[in-house]
Amino acid sequence: MNKRRPYVRPMEGWWRKNPYFIEYMVHEGTALFVAAYALVLLIGVVRLAQGEAAWKAWLTALQSPLSVFAHLILLLAIGYHSYTWFKIMPRTLPPLSLGGKRVPGGAITATGLIAVALASLALLALAWRIST
Amino acid sequence: MTEQIIRMEVMRYRPEQDEAPWLQSFDVPYSDDMSVLQGLNYIKDELDESLSFRWSCRMAICGSCGMMVDGVPKLACKTFLRDYPGTVRVEALHHFPIERDLVVVLDDFMEKLERIQPYIIPRQEQALSEGEYLQTPTQLERYAQFSSCINCLLCYAACPQYGLDSSFLGPGAIALLHRYNMDSRDGASEQRMELVAAEEGVFHCTAVGYCSEVCPKHVDPANAVNLNKTRAAGDYFLRFAKPKGRCQ
Ligand code: FES
Repeated sequence: MNKRRPYVRPMEGWWRKNPYFIEYMVHEGTALFVAAYALVLLIGVVRLAQGEAAWKAWLTALQSPLSVFAHLILLLAIGYHSYTWFKIMPRTLPPLSLGGKRVPGGAITATGLIAVALASLALLALAWRIST
Repeated sequence: MTEQIIRMEVMRYRPEQDEAPWLQSFDVPYSDDMSVLQGLNYIKDELDESLSFRWSCRMAICGSCGMMVDGVPKLACKTFLRDYPGTVRVEALHHFPIERDLVVVLDDFMEKLERIQPYIIPRQEQALSEGEYLQTPTQLERYAQFSSCINCLLCYAACPQYGLDSSFLGPGAIALLHRYNMDSRDGASEQRMELVAAEEGVFHCTAVGYCSEVCPKHVDPANAVNLNKTRAAGDYFLRFAKPKGRCQ
């Protein structure tokens, strides 16, 4: 008689068992916030198409404390999402060489994060210029 | 060097008598230079000879001693008891069926390894008299990293997608497939593309990236998998642009 009886372990709750997987799930989860913000902007476009009154009402709605709070949450979630996105970036890019030397993963992540920071600052400055 | 005692909680599963795996505790005297594998060998030699586990080289090159140490995929011979003060939990490698104690069933990986044709299939068969297939250091550089794989399967134990659906070709096999595809002497990447682009191929991966984190040889399988996503997508679209075969 065959004594073999290989035991297959269940996968239930796998993502709670390792901090790395928790971070992965949070990263994936924060993508929903990116989608949510895209939706907010999309509604803005629709309101703009509906005429000046609708547009103004949308702008006022954005200034409500609830909306400001929601945007703060969105900013945090999207910030975290981009941070983890650039963290995984070296794993998804083909090997980059500079002057015959392989560019280390840390440098790729850092360059990405700096680019985000600069782009955000530029956008902020532009928005500031327009609104004042 | 003073001897200390560590409590090793070791997963046991004896198919003829255990319904499910369980943890057995052993108090093991150890010194600073002792690996988890040496701890297990102490148990087998002095405390319970029935404990089963795989090992061979004791120097992180044969890839036999992969197991979960405190929940993390590790080579037992490359992991030191001193880094786990007090207690350490040793379990069979995640995501594989357990054969006995710390020994897992490797059949699935072996079958996958065979499928990727992990050997050079020459672009152009060369007669012996023509000499060796030459390669420049730059050409070597393109695949060298992926050739360091020792088939220890820590990456599979780190891959939740493989755990959830073992039909996935998986990080290790894809890294090796990539290693041969990137070799200037090999001409079989088109044959292997079918595996890459299949349902069970690279698109099963959701870029968790933990496989590369645990790899003891810095192979970076996640990179191989993700590069092949681009290749598979490119291949898919190029198929429309450049039809294969001649017009009739
Ligand atoms: S015993 Fe060979 S890799 Fe650990």
